[in-house]
Amino acid sequence: MSCYRGKYADELIANAAYIGTPGKGILAADESTGTIGKRLSSINVENVESNRRALRELLFCTPGALQYLSGVILFEETLYQKTAAGKLFVDVMKEAGVLPGIKVDKGTVELAGTNGETTTQGLDGLAQRCAQYYSAGARFAKWRAVLKIGPNEPSQLAINENANGLARYAIICQENGLVPIVEPEILVDGPHDINKCADVTERVLAACYKALNDHHVLLEGTLLKPNMVTPGSDAKKVAPEVVAEYTVRALQRTMPPAVPAVVFLSGGQSEEEATVNLNAMNQYQGKKPWSLSFSFGRALQQSTLKAWGGKEENVKKAQDAFLARCKANSEATLGKYQGGSGLSEGASESLHVKDYKY
Amino acid sequence: MSCYKGKYADELIANATYIGTPGKGILAADESTGTIGKRLSSINVENSESNRRALRELLFCTPGALQYISGIILFEETLYQKTAAGKPFVEVMKENKVLPGIKVDKGTVELAGTNGETTTTGLDGLAQRCAQYYEAGARFAKWRAVLKISANEPSQLSINENANGLARYAIICQENGLVPIVEPEILVDGPHDINKCADVTERVLAACYKALNDHHVLLEGTLLKPNMVTPGSDSKKVAPEVVAEYTVRALQRTMPPAVPAVVFLSGGQSEEEATVNLNAMNQYKGKKPWSLTFSFGRALQQSTLKAWAGKEENVKKAQEAFLARCKANSEATLGKYQGGAAGEGATESLHVKDYKY
Repeated sequence: MSCYRGKYADELIANAAYIGTPGKGILAADESTGTIGKRLSSINVENVESNRRALRELLFCTPGALQYLSGVILFEETLYQKTAAGKLFVDVMKEAGVLPGIKVDKGTVELAGTNGETTTQGLDGLAQRCAQYYSAGARFAKWRAVLKIGPNEPSQLAINENANGLARYAIICQENGLVPIVEPEILVDGPHDINKCADVTERVLAACYKALNDHHVLLEGTLLKPNMVTPGSDAKKVAPEVVAEYTVRALQRTMPPAVPAVVFLSGGQSEEEATVNLNAMNQYQGKKPWSLSFSFGRALQQSTLKAWGGKEENVKKAQDAFLARCKANSEATLGKYQGGSGLSEGASESLHVKDYKY
Repeated sequence: MSCYKGKYADELIANATYIGTPGKGILAADESTGTIGKRLSSINVENSESNRRALRELLFCTPGALQYISGIILFEETLYQKTAAGKPFVEVMKENKVLPGIKVDKGTVELAGTNGETTTTGLDGLAQRCAQYYEAGARFAKWRAVLKISANEPSQLSINENANGLARYAIICQENGLVPIVEPEILVDGPHDINKCADVTERVLAACYKALNDHHVLLEGTLLKPNMVTPGSDSKKVAPEVVAEYTVRALQRTMPPAVPAVVFLSGGQSEEEATVNLNAMNQYKGKKPWSLTFSFGRALQQSTLKAWAGKEENVKKAQEAFLARCKANSEATLGKYQGGAAGEGATESLHVKDYKY
């Protein structure tokens, strides 16, 4: 058999296509307990379950925000949490036409014999976990593979191992009703130029799509979450139009049209940078037989976090900031973002953290 | 470097795009001496150089035909031949904005340990040959890899070997200014159904595009010449709309949008069948970020050959048959073919089991 044709095939295709609806995108709110702890501590908030719950409620219940979101990626704890009034977050989403997603990987481990390259774990018992998450209301999943650019990196081993892991994860998800987001993040760290990033991105994406084909994954029921093609963090920046051209070209060279949508990660880009780049991509004239949308974490939440500061009295202000970013990115998926929309404190702040670990 | 960015890059991109111009397609007239001999003997014509020349002049000089043709694939001998009046064929083409192409492979050989599977030869000295052909006016090349469907076929070895050969050929062509047509033909022979053909086609195309990426081929400067996705020759036929759906879907799942055009081979399909299927593909509603056109040999020449039968007095009649097929296929690339451009033989199946060019 060439690709998955089991009982969830039609549903997977419909959900993947829905996530790529023009004008909508994904909120990545799947920070692990450790990672969300770092965010909370940056605004002097204690990392306890009730604060984590409160932050997510602030986001998911921002009036008017969910219309701009087709999906929200959750960490396992959040999948089972409720609003203060007692309604399950997944029900809040369902009512607003937002698909719940779930992070299913278990982080990275180093590959022996490499210069700090990693592979991602989480395949053990994955089928059972996916089935459970589907029962709890999840309809898509996310698994982050990480590669880096260095003099000898990414190595063929890192590329093969991460591509294979993504493909195994993807087919297991599909067999259990979850649309797999395929995320081969090439870290922005380094002094390399945009050409180097393009070369590596094209090589990595080609390996991913070959692996997905080998593992019989139904491409129409998947999404891609790649890095944009940009210069390295230590190299000179380029205009958004250049990012757009290089990124779209890399996708044209590697991504079959059967994939319905690309949901870009923001990496270390500031909120405004990520939006402006996404906007440029949607304005770019060229073959783009897939939606180009967002799956942003930091780039949707930074201003919101700062505005909240953990204080009840700041919730409205924080929600205003969140709504503004959601709307801005929605416009960017349509190539209609005018820029500077209610730039809150922190919207232009680079969110780059060297060798970022989620 | 990710892909070829050398001195011919812009020209390769422009030529590949031109070949895929809507309303145009390729005439595959690259039959080797042995193969054209079989065609000629089927109409009782001697296989001499002058007869081979006369046939090609009949085709290339058909009034009004070349407007429907963006490229013609030639066998080496033909690249250097002229009209009876002394004008080189490549000049005739150039004047009519038709790109000359050249077959560069040297046929297939069997892979030991397989059940009659093959790989294609021709890499030795290929760079020098390509450079020569470029100088003689060629601007694209063709290399035919062959796979078959059966109980245990195609094997992983056959897929890997043929994909790798195509990729090596492709980059060597680009380095020497020729747009490579990548042709991984999966033979139609067999009792399998259309699903099986789709599965194999998707697997083979995925392997080809991975190999092309590995070998740094500039996809924007290539063309794909695949089989359409159909039931096997011993299996029940399906409607053109079904062929269209399965074929386009296979391409959607494997072919990056950077490739400008697909130029389908006709395999054993009759002239009319090939045209009607191509037409259905261009009417099919779905993502198709590449042109879908033709690179037909038998499916453009069959009626013409029969009408000519080697006789001077039949040339006009033969040329009318050829013009009709060119126009029909041109319309098919626009999804506008109404049917019935059939000449004598137009519905005749051209399937020959285990066809060797």
